[in-house]
Amino acid sequence: MNGSAIAASGLRKAYKDKPVLDGIDLDVRTGTIFALLGPNGAGKTTTVNVLTTLLTPDAGKVLVAGHDVVTEAKAVRAAIGVTGQFASVDNLLTGRENLLMMADLLHLPKTEGRRITDRLLDRFDLVEAAGKPAASYSGGMRRKLDLAMTLVGGPQIIFLDEPTTGLDPRSRRTMWEIIRDLVADGATIFLTTQYLEEADQLADRIAVLDQGRLVAEGTAGELKRRIPGSHVRLRFTSRPELDAAARVLHESTEDGDELTLRVPGDGGVKSLRALLDRLDAHSVEVEELSVHTPDLDDVFLALTGHGNKEVNAR
Amino acid sequence: MNAISASLTDSATMMRRSYRHTMRNPLTLLNAIIMPIFLMFLMVYVLGGGFSVGTDYVDYATPGLIIMTIGYGIGPTATGVNADMTTGFINRLRVMHVSRAAVLNAHVVATMLRTLVAIALVVGVAFLMGFSPSAGFPEWLGAIGVVVLATLAISWLTIAAGLAAKTPESAGILGVPLMLLPFLSSAFVPADKMGPGVREFAEYQPFTPIIEALRGFLTGTPSTGTTITAIAWCAGLSLIGYLWARKSFTKRA
Repeated sequence: MNGSAIAASGLRKAYKDKPVLDGIDLDVRTGTIFALLGPNGAGKTTTVNVLTTLLTPDAGKVLVAGHDVVTEAKAVRAAIGVTGQFASVDNLLTGRENLLMMADLLHLPKTEGRRITDRLLDRFDLVEAAGKPAASYSGGMRRKLDLAMTLVGGPQIIFLDEPTTGLDPRSRRTMWEIIRDLVADGATIFLTTQYLEEADQLADRIAVLDQGRLVAEGTAGELKRRIPGSHVRLRFTSRPELDAAARVLHESTEDGDELTLRVPGDGGVKSLRALLDRLDAHSVEVEELSVHTPDLDDVFLALTGHGNKEVNAR
Repeated sequence: MNAISASLTDSATMMRRSYRHTMRNPLTLLNAIIMPIFLMFLMVYVLGGGFSVGTDYVDYATPGLIIMTIGYGIGPTATGVNADMTTGFINRLRVMHVSRAAVLNAHVVATMLRTLVAIALVVGVAFLMGFSPSAGFPEWLGAIGVVVLATLAISWLTIAAGLAAKTPESAGILGVPLMLLPFLSSAFVPADKMGPGVREFAEYQPFTPIIEALRGFLTGTPSTGTTITAIAWCAGLSLIGYLWARKSFTKRA
């Protein structure tokens, strides 16, 4: 299976005058995990809403499972499952009742609905909690139930909008395993995340979304290669020292909160010596020095011109 | 046939959900009746002797309390509809191609059933307190008709408000006018006994003709003019609520 599960071209969407998606092209191959990576407010949820027929794009063409999301919404809906950013389970119903309700809404025969419900409860380790109201579930259990509800209809393409935001590390790992299993069973996954590690861990391909535009797309390896070599991280004891160093090293990027400076460079002995000599010449004291090989964090920084953290804080 | 039967199946599924909500949260029903029953005690035993309304005061006040019960019963609908919207539940249904009519209709039907049960309880208490309507069988049917229409109108308005509100808290506040407006109607005192300004307001706001129409049926003296005004108000408010709800539902993803 090598077809496109999702193909979008020239996708645009604006709220009032503010463009949220400014010409997006996507191609997600069947049976793969695709991660849309970006800070809060980059347009991730809007993208998911358009791809899942919840929003009509202002311009562009989007095919999901081979069907146009605007003119063939019904066919698209039959092929997809969506788990939103907030666990949308019914708190007053039990886990089992939530799943059976989905089966009823999909008009499955009673016996089949029960069979699928039992299988999903078992698969997601929710058998013991099945008879308790969802309100009593932990965050991780709610997300699992939410995803199980999405899977009742056996969707080919599954959209997960920030599936692990707010989860503790253990639940996050469980969720990752579940996502990998889904792909092993033949599903295509489109997930959004603001965690670089998550995209790195899961995705076959990653697209970086920043202020409504895709600034990069490729495998994690390809994206990392776009960063020229490694960088050197310098830590200072005070803000004036940091500022003085930043004036000397024009090519660097500073992080004021952490009093650190990132200087592009390969971290070789020669270049390190040259770097320290330059700082010495201007009498700038460095507290700590470390050499970093690139990770996706660096990719993000290099591609968007601002750190993920900085944008989140805004 | 397919679309209609699918919509009916979905409506039934959503109603089963609403029924479970009410059964697991019986306080919502208690909430709906506690205030009207308290007001009935207050009005009939504490204050009622002071008003001269031409009949037994309990007979005068009960129609107003019946209509007030609707306003007190709709709180959970507003917050419930809003929670469905803000937690993504409605989006989940939309992606599953569940008909929008099914979702909204289930809320309307559930609200109406819950409200009618609450009203039945309030009327039961009224009987215990000496309520003696002089309505015959056709008048009772008329009275029930007025109550159902008024509940329908208020249900749609509440659902629309719940869909439009940004948070469950603000959705709850939108129900407050529905609880307060009956006080400024002929629910407890005839409008013509009120001071200038208030009197005109009471005469022209929708609760007065609705309560008067119900009172007319229950006292066995229905007035065609008032009844038509009441029906027109209910139909108009239902339509506004329905259109507003549909607009919010379509607009908010």
